[in-house]
Amino acid sequence: MKIIGLSGSQVGSKTRTAVDAAMKSLKDKYPDVETNLIDLAEYEMQFSDGRNYLEYEGDTGYVTKELMEADAIVIGTPIFQASIPATLKNIFDLLPVNAFRDKVVSMIVTAGSPKHYLIADLQLKPILAYMKAQLVQTYVFIEEEDFYRKEIKNNDILDRIDRLAEDTVVLTETFTKIREEKEAQYDF
Amino acid sequence: MQKYRINPDDGLEFGIYTLGDHLPDPATGERISAQERIHDLVEYATLAEQAGLDFFSVGESHQEFFATQAHAVVLAAIAQATEKIKIASSSTIISTSDPVRVYENFATIDLISKGRAEIVAGRASRIGLFELLGYNVRDYEALFEEKFDLLRQINEEEVVNWSGEFRAPLRNAKVLPRPMEGSLPIWRAVGGTPASAMKAGYAGVPMFMAHLGGASAVFKRTIDAYREAAREGGHNPDELPVATAGFFYAAENSQQALKELYPHINEGMKRTNGAGFPKQHFAQGVDPHNIMNIGSPKQIIEKILHQHEVFGHQRYIAQIDFGGMPMDNIKKNLDLIGSEILPAVKKYTKKK
Repeated sequence: MKIIGLSGSQVGSKTRTAVDAAMKSLKDKYPDVETNLIDLAEYEMQFSDGRNYLEYEGDTGYVTKELMEADAIVIGTPIFQASIPATLKNIFDLLPVNAFRDKVVSMIVTAGSPKHYLIADLQLKPILAYMKAQLVQTYVFIEEEDFYRKEIKNNDILDRIDRLAEDTVVLTETFTKIREEKEAQYDF
Repeated sequence: MQKYRINPDDGLEFGIYTLGDHLPDPATGERISAQERIHDLVEYATLAEQAGLDFFSVGESHQEFFATQAHAVVLAAIAQATEKIKIASSSTIISTSDPVRVYENFATIDLISKGRAEIVAGRASRIGLFELLGYNVRDYEALFEEKFDLLRQINEEEVVNWSGEFRAPLRNAKVLPRPMEGSLPIWRAVGGTPASAMKAGYAGVPMFMAHLGGASAVFKRTIDAYREAAREGGHNPDELPVATAGFFYAAENSQQALKELYPHINEGMKRTNGAGFPKQHFAQGVDPHNIMNIGSPKQIIEKILHQHEVFGHQRYIAQIDFGGMPMDNIKKNLDLIGSEILPAVKKYTKKK
């Protein structure tokens, strides 16, 4: 099983810190799971120009191919201007329409205001569902006050990240098993 | 239809197309050489002719896992190796070529084949060739429309006066040689969507519609939109042929057909498109109302006749060889087409 942690912004450190925590939780509990963290702040991504993702080169080609090869993706996103950041939306635009078919996607949201709660439900989940992801419905919503010097200080948040990591693995295992059984029934 | 060398009274035309893909056989993981693949394609065309098929076409793709970048050259070899089967491109990416050179090539193939060449012009589903051939992908649409118009003008006029954005102007230019009958059938390649079909319709150009899977009824909307656009453009849809092209595989029964074909499609698409074909969708391909022609010869005959009833199309084109399909399986399919499928399709679609 390969799980990618995707930190979806070039700005700030909170989302990266939260995705790091999720990756650490995965590694501690599931040493057999292959993980890779992609922090969009570290890559030179080009904007989608409509080509097939296989045809992008450099960082854009690397990031899109890594995501397409994953069994599950933990997406971390901040909330900018009451929505997801353009860097994250660009990732979705770079990928094919069915990119998340047979993949589990879970979400961690960092926000500067409690008023941004439900933005993931209204704006992120519909995109992921359109792209055929199996969603871990419950996401972790983290506010500014939960961080201190690039660390999560709220134990409740850490517990919830652990549960998110577990749910991501359990759902991926479950869907993989169901799919394998179903595909075997087709007998071709 | 005569202008396009089609006589609907003779029944639905049945043809073969290949993208010219060059992929490993998933059963062995081995890939034949490009040389062997090209020779296989020439043999494929000659066997298709022997099986009584009407049409054989070869595609142009400039990327890894393809062998017919110079598709016109491969078609010239096929023209020489065959005697009566119609030969065409599927498709020629006109956007990134000079229409003058394309026309010279295909007029020459027409002379070599003694009047059997056609051009199917498309926009490319992959865009790597824009960079390779020195074009800007931002001009994707404009390049196609301008060059396709010029190609058609060269076909209609012996002396061409033309100016445009992407090519030096032509003044009293004679594009030679001329094809045997003075002009070539030129088709517009269309993906499954109505928007693209309507462009062919407005211009009054025959439509070559390629498709993956799905309910035939959905594709009927595209064909209806094409004919309606043709009418609005002042053309008579009854004089404009429609061809449909997609996956085909015949075996003893549908399960066997699915078994033999699926790994080729799934693995091939992973390599060329970056995503496989879901089994769930593929299994639906044997449904009588699905546009993919997979199954026993009897099931396929019923499907093609159903499609003919729904679409009223003039030509059906089968893609059998995708994804490293072994030559033996291709031959087996051609045998089934020649001995069972083609005679039945012709019998029921011929006008008495």
